[in-house]
Amino acid sequence: MTEAPTASGEPREDLDAFRTRAKEWVTANLQPLNGADPALGHATDDADHVIRVKAIQRKIWDAGFAGLCYPAEYGGQGLPAAYQDAFIEVSYGYELPRLFNTPTFTIILPTILDFGTEEQKKRFIPAALKGEELWVQFLSEPTGGSDLAGALTRAERDGDEFVLNGSKIWSTYAWKSDYALCVARTDWDVPKHRGLSVLIVKVHQPGITITQIKHVDGTEEFCQEFFDDVRIPARDVLGQVNDGWNVASRLLLHEREAVSGSSPYAMAPRTAARENDQVGAAALAQVSGGADDPRVRQLIGEARVLTRVHTALVGRIATSIRTGRLPATAGSIPRLSNGVMRVRLATIAIDIAGDRAVAWHDGDPVGELGVAYLGRQGVCIGGGTLEITRNIISERVLGMPREHAEDLDRPFREVRTNTPTQRNRS
Amino acid sequence: MDLELTSDQELLRDTTRKFLQTTVPLTEVRALTANPAGFDRGWWSTGAELGWTSLLVAESRGGGSVSGAGLRDLALIAEEMGALVSPGPLIPTNVVAQTLSRDASDELAGLVLPGLLSGDSVAAWCAAEPGRPLTPDGMTLRARLDGDEFVLDGVKSPVEAGDEADWLLVTATGPDGLTQFLLPSSAPGLAITPLRGLDLVRRNAEIRFTDVRVPASAVVGGSGGASASFERQIQTALVLQCAEIVGATDRVFDFTVQYAFDRSSFGRALASYQALKHRFADMKLWIESAQAITVDATRAVQADSPDAAEIVRIAKAYVAERCPELIQDCIQLHGGIGVTWEHNLHLYLRRVVLHRETYGDPIQARDQVAILAGK
Repeated sequence: MTEAPTASGEPREDLDAFRTRAKEWVTANLQPLNGADPALGHATDDADHVIRVKAIQRKIWDAGFAGLCYPAEYGGQGLPAAYQDAFIEVSYGYELPRLFNTPTFTIILPTILDFGTEEQKKRFIPAALKGEELWVQFLSEPTGGSDLAGALTRAERDGDEFVLNGSKIWSTYAWKSDYALCVARTDWDVPKHRGLSVLIVKVHQPGITITQIKHVDGTEEFCQEFFDDVRIPARDVLGQVNDGWNVASRLLLHEREAVSGSSPYAMAPRTAARENDQVGAAALAQVSGGADDPRVRQLIGEARVLTRVHTALVGRIATSIRTGRLPATAGSIPRLSNGVMRVRLATIAIDIAGDRAVAWHDGDPVGELGVAYLGRQGVCIGGGTLEITRNIISERVLGMPREHAEDLDRPFREVRTNTPTQRNRS
Repeated sequence: MDLELTSDQELLRDTTRKFLQTTVPLTEVRALTANPAGFDRGWWSTGAELGWTSLLVAESRGGGSVSGAGLRDLALIAEEMGALVSPGPLIPTNVVAQTLSRDASDELAGLVLPGLLSGDSVAAWCAAEPGRPLTPDGMTLRARLDGDEFVLDGVKSPVEAGDEADWLLVTATGPDGLTQFLLPSSAPGLAITPLRGLDLVRRNAEIRFTDVRVPASAVVGGSGGASASFERQIQTALVLQCAEIVGATDRVFDFTVQYAFDRSSFGRALASYQALKHRFADMKLWIESAQAITVDATRAVQADSPDAAEIVRIAKAYVAERCPELIQDCIQLHGGIGVTWEHNLHLYLRRVVLHRETYGDPIQARDQVAILAGK
């Protein structure tokens, strides 16, 4: 897990003074949410939303609160994570540019910090912190499932450029984004992990077609992209050519931190607990008026137990990785916890709401609990399924033997992809 | 276990671990099944010398902690005891010693505490009542005033170490509200009946009080003023229970993982089967979660945090629910050998189930969490 870089020497302002200053600024300059879902803020599905969040991020930059844990030479403030926590604390309940939080701040920029050339770091990190450029990840593929290293999207060298062809899917808000990190195959004659490269791709350019995917809850934040001879300058490779798996692995590590709530670069609450507490229990009790009902109390109690335990777990695993008690792959433990917890919270929510979750008056928020239940499993699939997560925990944390794979040691060109297998019937 | 220990705390933990391994290995725990008390008094005194009884007692009253944070120190000992399903009245004696240290008159503390601290005497906390949730409201054991004496009537059960205790701390509904009394277990009117129990060495009793007369000097703290003390006692007991449970469960998980590497079926180690690996991944999540919330609860109670009451019940609700299930899963993964008397698995399951059900079960804990959340 990532240690937030600390400024050389002591921060010029102590934590309490910072918190006071941040609180004053937030109160005077950001809009209170007034009970709106903090995960969504004032989000809308149109382009206005992007304009709005970019403007807010710019305000935060101008006030000196952007990128608190990023190094000063790349536009950050070079402060310890405690300062970011303090900012999150005082800005909770206010409209924040959460669209930037994941993947831009918590996944993409940390990966650029890890692998970028000096030029790339200076070019891209400050621009994002200023709210000028929003990022998206081009990782999954239509045929890939959780096998990220099995990418079929190809980038072929042509002089000073790479030419990109193929398709990516499940990218969040691609049409709202400016840049993407894209995993593509650059060598087909070596085993799969050795022939990948990570490219920095301008999203809106000739050859890229974006379609939106409608989800069970009616939202269309996920996208599919089609690449048709997209030309990318060779200088926009992140890390080394054909070393893309190394880069992607680190990216996934940052993603696990982001999902589990332990990223020092998050500008919105780092654990899900606070939001879940509100959504999953207290608010629901008021909605149903059921706090006197012992059955409802059991469910509220269970929801609070789950969220508080998850918070404790996130802290423990972060400490364990920092001190070497557990390997960095242990970030998969909070990932698993998050998935299991949210599944249960979604069920608790409709159990409390009862029939109002399936038949509701227009505008009654209880109806949203039923809709949320339909999409419940999403959190166990996105960012790698919980089945893969369990493999990582058993194999790389507990050291158990790896699952057998037929694609590890042969040139990727010879690996079978999505051909039917004979089914045994007796 | 807390991941940030001082070197003194590490020493305390290591000394306790070594002492327990030497004096009460699991073979000895099994042998103590035949011992009516479940533990040896001389052994308990030696444990007391290692600090087992003094950590929650103020220095001015003869106690003292290793780190200045006595409950965090004591939780380390509880974890070690869980890891070896050790005997001894750890929870009741410490709860009573802490209460006397904080609330008792100099006279009462001077009379009783030295014996508890040295391990020469043992105390039980009489709080639970049959068929009732363990809360301060409406305790049915009554204390009425008769002249300048109190008269106690009612029944307490289960009382941990109740049959072995020299001293009883009784939580009762008095004329002014919740009141606690300290009396010798030899007091007339007491009927102490040992109960059969799940754990092989930790014993409980039923204690009936029939016109038990105690002087006003037996009141610990003020008459009617025991609510805060009761809450502290519960929090302490829950922290120690959770610490014992995670100590026990961590040990079981550890040797079950090893078993999966050592044992083969169909020509492969059990640890190579994905169906089993996924169960181990879940178990790793649960044990880390149980440890994390136990440490948070211990620290919250230690620091008297405003949310300590909720966090400690969250810990009890999670740990006492999840860990017995985890151990049951470990039994499943052992196959047939796992359900034999011969294997040590059941010793651990006995201990965690004992803790699951006493001092409030997970259902009661969840209920209180919800009530506290609504306040």
